Amino acid sequence: MSEHIVPLKTNIAVWLTLMVLTGVTAGVAFIDLGPFNTVVALVIATCKALLVVLIFMHAKYASERLIKVVVVSALFFLLLLLGLSLADYTTRLLV
Amino acid sequence: MPDSPIAVEHHNPELRHHFADMEQQREASSLGMWLFLATEVMFFGGMFCAYLIYRYWYFPDFAAASKSLDITLGTVNTAVLICSSLTVVLAVRAAQLGKRHEQVVYLALTLVLGLAFLGIKGIEWTSKFREHHIPGASFHFEGAVPGHPDHPIDQQHAQIFFSLYFAMTGMHALHMVIGVGIFSYLLYHAWKGRYTPEYHTPLENSGLYWHFVDIIWIYLFPLLYLIDRKK
Repeated sequence: MSEHIVPLKTNIAVWLTLMVLTGVTAGVAFIDLGPFNTVVALVIATCKALLVVLIFMHAKYASERLIKVVVVSALFFLLLLLGLSLADYTTRLLV
Repeated sequence: MPDSPIAVEHHNPELRHHFADMEQQREASSLGMWLFLATEVMFFGGMFCAYLIYRYWYFPDFAAASKSLDITLGTVNTAVLICSSLTVVLAVRAAQLGKRHEQVVYLALTLVLGLAFLGIKGIEWTSKFREHHIPGASFHFEGAVPGHPDHPIDQQHAQIFFSLYFAMTGMHALHMVIGVGIFSYLLYHAWKGRYTPEYHTPLENSGLYWHFVDIIWIYLFPLLYLIDRKK
């Protein structure tokens, strides 16, 4: 299996989407959504990160399965770090 | 021991002897790069974790301190980095297609955009320095909790925000400086015509690094600049 060459159109479309999402996230920050401002900002950031990882970093086209394992495990351990730490610190006052 | 003439004939000069073929060499080094990026995820993850905990504890102070950052420069810098990611993608693509001239142009553009990002960051840091927002003995932050003008914010808590701000954007900028160094090296070798459709692993792996640094900024921007802008 040789490496995948992403079409120019796809790259430009991803770039445009990333630029638009950047504008949207900055604009939405000024609209009062209560606690959902943070949620929206993080969802948009995660969409952007996914586009970069899957298309720009070619993770979607990787023929080597081990690479996908590395990506998923990095994400898993990051969520473990953040999730368990926050589960502790955010519930201390509830006891 | 004399080399077998058949083996020599078909070898790409960039193929190291411990790999069976170019494909295996490429996949091995790509896997190594992804493993390195996984360690980088954990490295930045520690700082993100500290940030999230303090933000949860001192939310009003973090919101006020976040408002003092320049959202225009922050947004422009995000756009600059995204454009630089596109030029990196196009440089790798040019190498895959064997277009040397395009490769050089896109790598040069990446360098310009990377330096522009660092320049804008420098402007932002300079104004923070003038405003005494650098954590330390002369730290001073004027401001009230957003929505409560008679409720001054806690100096110590604001200082924690700016400590995290400078640690995180500082580590990110250090990665950018290293990236600019790497891409200068790539530009030189691309100019010399070293990267071909058969061999452009350095370009590809440096691209992965650049995109990773871009992703860190994609999260830093909303977390640092956009905590609570609506009031």
